[in-house]
Amino acid sequence: MSQATTAAPQRTTAPTGFSMFIYRLKKSLLTPDPYLTVFGVALWLFTWWLLCEGLRVDRFDKIPGPVAVFSELFSRTPFQGISIFKSEYYEHILVSCQRILIAFGIATGVGVPLGLFMGWSKRIRDYAFPILEMLRPIPILAWVPLSILMFPGFEAPVIFLATLASLFVTTLNTMLGVDSIDEAYFRAAGCLGSSNWDIFKNVVVPGALPFIFTGLQISIGVAWFSLVAAEMVSGDLGLGYLIVDSYMNNVTVPMVIGMITLGFVGWITSVMVRMLGNWLMQWHVKALALQGR
Amino acid sequence: MPNLNTRGALSIRNVTKIYDPEGVNVMAVKDCSMEIAAGEVCMIVGPSGCGKTTLLNAIAGFHSITSGEILLDGELLCGPGKPKADQGAERMVVFQHGALFPWKTLAQNVAYGPRVQGRSSKAEAMEKARDMLAEAGLGNVTEKYPGEVSSGMSRRAEIVRALINDPKVLLLDEPYRAMDALTKSIMHESLLETYDRTKVTIFFIIHDLEEAIFLGDKVHIVTTRPCQLKKTVEVNIPRPRSYQTQSSEEFRHLMEEVNEAVHEEAIKAFQAGERELA
Repeated sequence: MSQATTAAPQRTTAPTGFSMFIYRLKKSLLTPDPYLTVFGVALWLFTWWLLCEGLRVDRFDKIPGPVAVFSELFSRTPFQGISIFKSEYYEHILVSCQRILIAFGIATGVGVPLGLFMGWSKRIRDYAFPILEMLRPIPILAWVPLSILMFPGFEAPVIFLATLASLFVTTLNTMLGVDSIDEAYFRAAGCLGSSNWDIFKNVVVPGALPFIFTGLQISIGVAWFSLVAAEMVSGDLGLGYLIVDSYMNNVTVPMVIGMITLGFVGWITSVMVRMLGNWLMQWHVKALALQGR
Repeated sequence: MPNLNTRGALSIRNVTKIYDPEGVNVMAVKDCSMEIAAGEVCMIVGPSGCGKTTLLNAIAGFHSITSGEILLDGELLCGPGKPKADQGAERMVVFQHGALFPWKTLAQNVAYGPRVQGRSSKAEAMEKARDMLAEAGLGNVTEKYPGEVSSGMSRRAEIVRALINDPKVLLLDEPYRAMDALTKSIMHESLLETYDRTKVTIFFIIHDLEEAIFLGDKVHIVTTRPCQLKKTVEVNIPRPRSYQTQSSEEFRHLMEEVNEAVHEEAIKAFQAGERELA
């Protein structure tokens, strides 16, 4: 009896900072999850290799395989011009990231307030919702000619296109976020003597936040793929431009490098949005954690 | 026991409420009158979906009434020419499913009322909130979010959030319905203790008859839809009451009386089989 109580010291407070990270790492290494991920990636790379380089299946033999792509990517003297040792590679990434930052910033800055007001005020919704719903299904590529006519230069049309798609997603999700707030919170706030502005600040905004961040994660993905579409049509730099330019010049390795880089950078931005959301919504994260999620 | 409280007398006079969902008139409350004295614990018992919550919503100012009038301490809340009462902190609602803001800590939730009403600064409100939470036995969870504490604790915090505003009337819409019997009995004891301290008027919608008699000064039994006062049973068991009260002869007698009246309505409600109104 006394042995059992002295044997295992019980942790009474949650670890913080770096020790929390180590604790989570240790715990996750005991589950199959990280191994499954590694296996999944390996399987995918192997299939790619098998199709393009191993078996050289008909038509796939024109596509660069993983060995060709990664040896080029890490080569000091890349055969087709793009590797991690070339400044142009980083220039393409930087230019695309800058455009995303601006487009996503505008889309969030306009979309979130617009969505909040549309969700909160029936009148604003009546004005704006039909227009939003009509514009939303129009594909980004259909906007290309108009955007080139409307905006001067290369930069503005590209950013406009990337902003547009992302704006619709953010606005709609934010509006649905306000809709999702339980009526009881509005009533409670009313009972407690809130002004409309108090309700907006203390109920509408925080209540919609989980939906807003779900929307922002989708919206940053949408921003990336509409940016690339825009860069393919107009532009002189950027990852989308790199992909289409390589294809035009018949150099397929940089094209694949561009695609992989795009995927990777897009993933990182999405993780950053998620982390920001979790940081802003401690209450939400804690409640979910207690449910074991 | 004499009750010295002079505020929080509610008069519900000939109130009728007709809902109009999808073009069909539904009479939720019909010519319903009730007098609730200042500082009285008044329990409302009736079949599910009979319109009790409609009545509460009218008092709180969430819904309008079709005719009749409701007065608080002689002042008109709603009536002819003013179908919907203003919402205000003198009538605090404790909701059926709980409505603490999940994005605020318990202390922030409690401090919210005084802060938005401009009655005290943020720091003062937070300090008072922490004190009141500690008084209610929640001193060590003041900085936790509602999602992190038990449902019993969060309900208790919700009552504290109501009381910090010094309300005249506390309107409770079956706030303990989903709780297990043990937690519920603790919640009831703490509510009674709160009442003994504040003597606030309590308007309490409840389903459990035993609990209604245990808690109340009066038990108002209402009819099935449309909601009307059917019978009022006075509970003259002295306070403070404890759980031994429930086994007394007097208690059983009252229980029979209430049960008979409610049962009749329950059967009618079941046979009508109407869908509950929100």
